Amino acid sequence: MSEKTLQVETRTLSVALIGNPNTGKSTLFNGLTGGRARTGNFPGVTVEKKIGSFQHAGQTVQVIDLPGTYSLSPRSADELVSVDVLLGRQPGLNRPDAIVCIVDASNLERNLYLFSQLRDLGLPVLLVLNMQDAAKRNGIQIDLPSLQSRLGVEAVSAIAHQQQGLNEVRDAILRVASSQATPPTRLLPEAFYTEADSLGNWLKEQGASDVPQFLRERLLLDVHGAAEHESSLNLPGNISDYLTQARQRLAESGCRIPVIETKVRYNWIRRQLDGAVQRTTSDHVVTLSDRIDRILTHKVYGVLFFIALMFVIFQTIFTWAGPLMELVEVGQGYVSDLASSLIPPGTFRSLVVDGLIAGVGSVVIFLPQIMLLFLYIAIMEDCGYMARAAFLMDKLMTKVGLSGKSFLPMMSSFACAIPGVMATRTIENRRDRMVTMLVAPLMSCSARLPVYVLMVGAFVPTVSWLGGALSLQGLVLFLMYSLGTLVAIPVAWLLKKTFFKGETPPFVMELPEYKWPSLWIVLDRVKDRSKAFLVEAGTLIFCVTILIWAAGYFPGDHTEQHRLEAQMEQLDEQIIPAEEKLAELEEAGETTGEQASLAAQLEVWQAQREEMDEQANLLSGQLIQESFLGRAGKGIEPFVKPLGWDWRIGIGAIASFPAREVIIATMGTIFSLGGDVDEESPGLISTLQSATWPDGAPLFTLPVALSVMVFFALCAQCGATLMVIRRESNSWRWPIFTFVYMTVLAYIGALLVYQIGTAILG
Amino acid sequence: MVERMTLADLNQVGQRASIVEVAGDDAVAVRLMEMGLTDGEEVTVIGFAPLGDPIEYSIRGYRLSLRKTEASRVSVTLLSN
Repeated sequence: MSEKTLQVETRTLSVALIGNPNTGKSTLFNGLTGGRARTGNFPGVTVEKKIGSFQHAGQTVQVIDLPGTYSLSPRSADELVSVDVLLGRQPGLNRPDAIVCIVDASNLERNLYLFSQLRDLGLPVLLVLNMQDAAKRNGIQIDLPSLQSRLGVEAVSAIAHQQQGLNEVRDAILRVASSQATPPTRLLPEAFYTEADSLGNWLKEQGASDVPQFLRERLLLDVHGAAEHESSLNLPGNISDYLTQARQRLAESGCRIPVIETKVRYNWIRRQLDGAVQRTTSDHVVTLSDRIDRILTHKVYGVLFFIALMFVIFQTIFTWAGPLMELVEVGQGYVSDLASSLIPPGTFRSLVVDGLIAGVGSVVIFLPQIMLLFLYIAIMEDCGYMARAAFLMDKLMTKVGLSGKSFLPMMSSFACAIPGVMATRTIENRRDRMVTMLVAPLMSCSARLPVYVLMVGAFVPTVSWLGGALSLQGLVLFLMYSLGTLVAIPVAWLLKKTFFKGETPPFVMELPEYKWPSLWIVLDRVKDRSKAFLVEAGTLIFCVTILIWAAGYFPGDHTEQHRLEAQMEQLDEQIIPAEEKLAELEEAGETTGEQASLAAQLEVWQAQREEMDEQANLLSGQLIQESFLGRAGKGIEPFVKPLGWDWRIGIGAIASFPAREVIIATMGTIFSLGGDVDEESPGLISTLQSATWPDGAPLFTLPVALSVMVFFALCAQCGATLMVIRRESNSWRWPIFTFVYMTVLAYIGALLVYQIGTAILG
Repeated sequence: MVERMTLADLNQVGQRASIVEVAGDDAVAVRLMEMGLTDGEEVTVIGFAPLGDPIEYSIRGYRLSLRKTEASRVSVTLLSN
């Protein structure tokens, strides 16, 4: 007895959770495991791997969350992953002890299609009937005991989003995981199984690896299926010919592939449900959900609602995130000051303040936008509107070669490409998802705005028409915003014709019933996405920031700079108390000699301080020039000259590759030297306006300003976006591709604008 | 002779039709069948997107959206209301 208990306790059970999309699978996963999960990607594919676990009745159970799917007929490497996991063929994962199949109780018929396929895998299957509340609302009554005996598996009901029935599910998992495998249904004609056996014999003769029964059946059933091309199966070269002939033989005996599979399975499902499930309402009744749809997908009201909603989302991501981002900056400033007061000036302080703290800040700064966007996405997904948005926008997006589901990721990229790229997860089709991901960074994000504002304000003449309603500056700003979108259209079209060639993916999309979003699910998803960004993309962004700090810091000799910094701080320690003392004296109305001498002393100190400041600026400018970054800037001057740029703009552009918003700060540092600074107008705008080439000609003309803006509009100057693309595509290939194509486009665009602009304006 | 009709030919909300077959054996055809569009099943038009495409249908008790190009793969016979 005690020995047996020990045995049970030491063995970890493992189950795989699978179900149709929109069944509440993720909610059940989080409910069972408490939301703690290890996430990552399955090797070589874009499918997310999510593994959690729970303790129940002294037993540890590992839960593998498989992607939502309508069927188990793999047509791509991505889809084959689930089959591999269930067959125990996925490297690094033991075969699960049982399958937990979650179905939408209000839509049993279609949901059981996947279940009927799962039964053929030779594992025990547990059926979880979720969303019992929705089923009741729709007048669907399920006789659970009768359904269990007809389907031949254990079934439990749950309402995952209200955390109801979770313990019953845990109990049932323990029971089912240690029970016998659910017997296969063998629904297809006997001729099919005979053919599957002879396929097995033939494969053995040909020296292929041992192909499991389930995959042999899939090989026969899936015309152009993924199993046929799976290298790990070591299939003989003439497998396609063999399968075509086998399907031909089957068709002659009346077993037509692929029609036969769906037909026999759906017929079987209907037979099992007949009598076990009662509908009190007729199938033809117009539901509340249909009535809502008449408005929300209406030609006029539906479109107006959609535009208004997108406007609100865009506006709030743009404006509400602003104060939160400022808060992050203030926090970063506070921590930097604290670190500076603790560490003496030197390389270590620079590393901590300009490298580490700035690195963390550059990751955290994106969180407000990511959280806001995913809050909206989670609400729209959970209430069912997301599918309608895709439904509304599909026709428009297909003209560009994308699908309706690409609209939201593209639009949110106008605020920031990082949440935009992450939002492409809602696109099931891999090709559509990849193309959307690769053109999303072309949308003019909010970090480009400061560059536009600076350049437009400084170099575009203030001309206006129609009584001020239309200004040239506003027009240029609008054109800069539209540029990325206009370029994205041919780029998407080209990508679809080259790397992501293939037939147009089907837009066979379920429109789930409308329901109130659950706060718990929504917050959970926001937390999930934020964590994924911080942990995975964040680490890489952090490393890149440190690297760029090093490139701008080394190999210059910073001793003089550090000496100066220390002197300045010492002086500040004298100036600040003196200022306070003086204010005190003045307040008391004492105009004694003490006050006068203190004021005179202070003036001397302040003059010294200002001189040091200027010296420090000059020095940091020189050091940047001598750094690896500065050398690179000078090195590329011949390349950027055709764009109308000098080496200083070149350094600015290079330093902005990790994050384009640093251009303003970098320009400030670089232009503070070389005698270009006009002392009477220390602002950056006037500094830039008075900057000249060595021969005295003005550096920034309108064509140069336009060329800088076009470059910033099109270039991939955002390390964070590239890292997120790497994470989402699970490969280094696509971020590198994005970087290269955008940089090339930016260069050509800037070149054209400058050359044509100079030709016209002289 | 009955004229060959497809799902894409249904142009009014509320029209009902019975599926005859889904043409072809490619990914689109299989996906349509897996979603429950098998012969003999009844389909009802629920609504059209603003530009007339895609179209929302009711099948097997749930709501499905198809593009016209996909709907035209499904041959049907019209049922009287």
